[in-house]
Amino acid sequence: MVIKLRNVRTAFGEKVVHESVDLSVPEGSIYGILGPSGSGKTTLLREMVMLQKFHGGDIDVLGHNLKNIRYKEAMELRRGWGVLFQYGALFSSLNLRDNIALPLVEYTDLSEAMIDEIVAFKINIVGLKPEDAYLFPSQISGGMKKKAGLARALAMDPKLLFLDEPTSGLDPISAREFDSLILKLRDLLGLTIVMVSHDLRSVYDTLDYVAIIDNKKVVYEGNLDNIFSVENKFIETFFSGTKR
Amino acid sequence: MNYSSFKTTYSDDGLSLKFKGELTLYNLMKYKKETDKIESQKEKTALINLLELSFLDSAGSIFLNNLQKELELKGYMVDIVCEDKDTLDMLELIRVHKSTTQKITKKKKRNPVEKIGEKSYKTYLGAISFMAFLGELFTHKFRYLISYKNIRFKEIAFEMNECAVKAFSIVALTSFLIGVVVAYQSAYQLKLYGANIFIVDMLGLSILRELSPLITAIVIAGRSGSAFTAQIGAMKITQELDAMQTMGFDPYRFLVVPKIVALMITMPLLIFVSDIMALLGGMLVANIDLNITVDMFLDRFNDVINIKHFIVGIIKGPFFAFLIATIAIYQGLLVKDDTQSIGLNTTKSVVESIFAVIICDAIFSIAFTNLGI
Repeated sequence: MVIKLRNVRTAFGEKVVHESVDLSVPEGSIYGILGPSGSGKTTLLREMVMLQKFHGGDIDVLGHNLKNIRYKEAMELRRGWGVLFQYGALFSSLNLRDNIALPLVEYTDLSEAMIDEIVAFKINIVGLKPEDAYLFPSQISGGMKKKAGLARALAMDPKLLFLDEPTSGLDPISAREFDSLILKLRDLLGLTIVMVSHDLRSVYDTLDYVAIIDNKKVVYEGNLDNIFSVENKFIETFFSGTKR
Repeated sequence: MNYSSFKTTYSDDGLSLKFKGELTLYNLMKYKKETDKIESQKEKTALINLLELSFLDSAGSIFLNNLQKELELKGYMVDIVCEDKDTLDMLELIRVHKSTTQKITKKKKRNPVEKIGEKSYKTYLGAISFMAFLGELFTHKFRYLISYKNIRFKEIAFEMNECAVKAFSIVALTSFLIGVVVAYQSAYQLKLYGANIFIVDMLGLSILRELSPLITAIVIAGRSGSAFTAQIGAMKITQELDAMQTMGFDPYRFLVVPKIVALMITMPLLIFVSDIMALLGGMLVANIDLNITVDMFLDRFNDVINIKHFIVGIIKGPFFAFLIATIAIYQGLLVKDDTQSIGLNTTKSVVESIFAVIICDAIFSIAFTNLGI
């Protein structure tokens, strides 16, 4: 198991978001977190990447327990994963090449030439063109921003990738392209991918496992075939079009 | 952490490179230094031994790919020995992508002449676009004037509160301190000549005509001008301006004109406040340092300071306000779609509006003097 959540509790003041969440993400899988809006999917993702504190239970990521994690361990962990934010979150003062090269420049002693070569490889693998490398984030489209964000997330060759709504805001064709890109990367680089998604097509095309979060806990965890084994309003409505 | 190492051994029939442990981003530069030292030799074999390699990442794989090519260039026959499937997959992945990956071409450096040319052209375009902005602004103001209904009183009142009422205390405090400082500095000089009472003439003239309008303008440019730029810039980034336009809310009517009008109305009032506070500061110093009582000060003030000096100072207010507000809003509209430009344009807005205010003040100074006011 790459990620394991046990009894995770989250509360913002009086408002309890998660009561007791249990999840486990197997290695090499594409794992989706689904649920109605406001159910705290993104919050859960943010807790896994240490952007948000949780208020009870345990989260294990890549063998590190996030509760009371030491600074050094946390830094090591942060190099071992990649995160793609919903809108790419590229640094607007840097061009794409520098955005992707940034972790390599900061964390390694690689030479400029070597970094250029790695960046060129990452740009190629996510399907951007080499001439895009010197564009700034404000000059490119939403789809390209996501691809560039993905290339940056992959810069350090992480084993674990977090995607927050990877296909939202993309047109259907780019969304399908992005799905196949994710599948391809998983197979090529042996990644474990955790994502939050609302896109039904993308859910069916890419996910190996899903966790449905509703009413402050996980109502279903497993593969998509048995999704109707539990009675839940959200599952009914979300997957109803595909019921056989 | 696994123990990783790299060893080169030369033997009669060639060269052997043995990698142990991990080959990743973190250690490959060390290895590269050693492999760069390998000298070229004809018709020898080079054996890259990866049998004991436990982990290879994509950077490491690119490194091996390059190494192979370099060695071939140096005249070796290169052979890679590897049994691990993951490692072989990674090498294959890079080999496939290498053929399709084009080098990122470096941007070529431009010569200074080209840069100067570009810069002056951009400045020229900037001046043109400021003119266009002013033109648009005046057509909107005109529409304002023809119809009473177009005036957005609520917005104007809100802006007046934001940029003037809330600025009241800082303007008052700054002016008071300026009054104190100016009076204190001149008191020392005047005492030398026994011309104590002339402090009233000096303070009255300088504060009413020049200091108060300028101090107020500078404080407002720093406080409200920058806020205008940042607010409009942020609205542009979040596409709020676009949304307003598509809904038929003209940003000029809702945002731009109310701000300018509000500032033009309140600036003279703030200058008036500044006049009072600065003179109070001056009076305080005159009283303590030069033994001029408040009564004496006011009597003398009444005698020597003509009302026109006060009016000259107040009249400058709307002009300064117009300059500050238009420059601030124009800079806000220039903000591009990234976070850095907000900071840049806010800086520009403050610097340029203070500069414009000082230029305008100089023009007034010359004009009033020539007109004998």
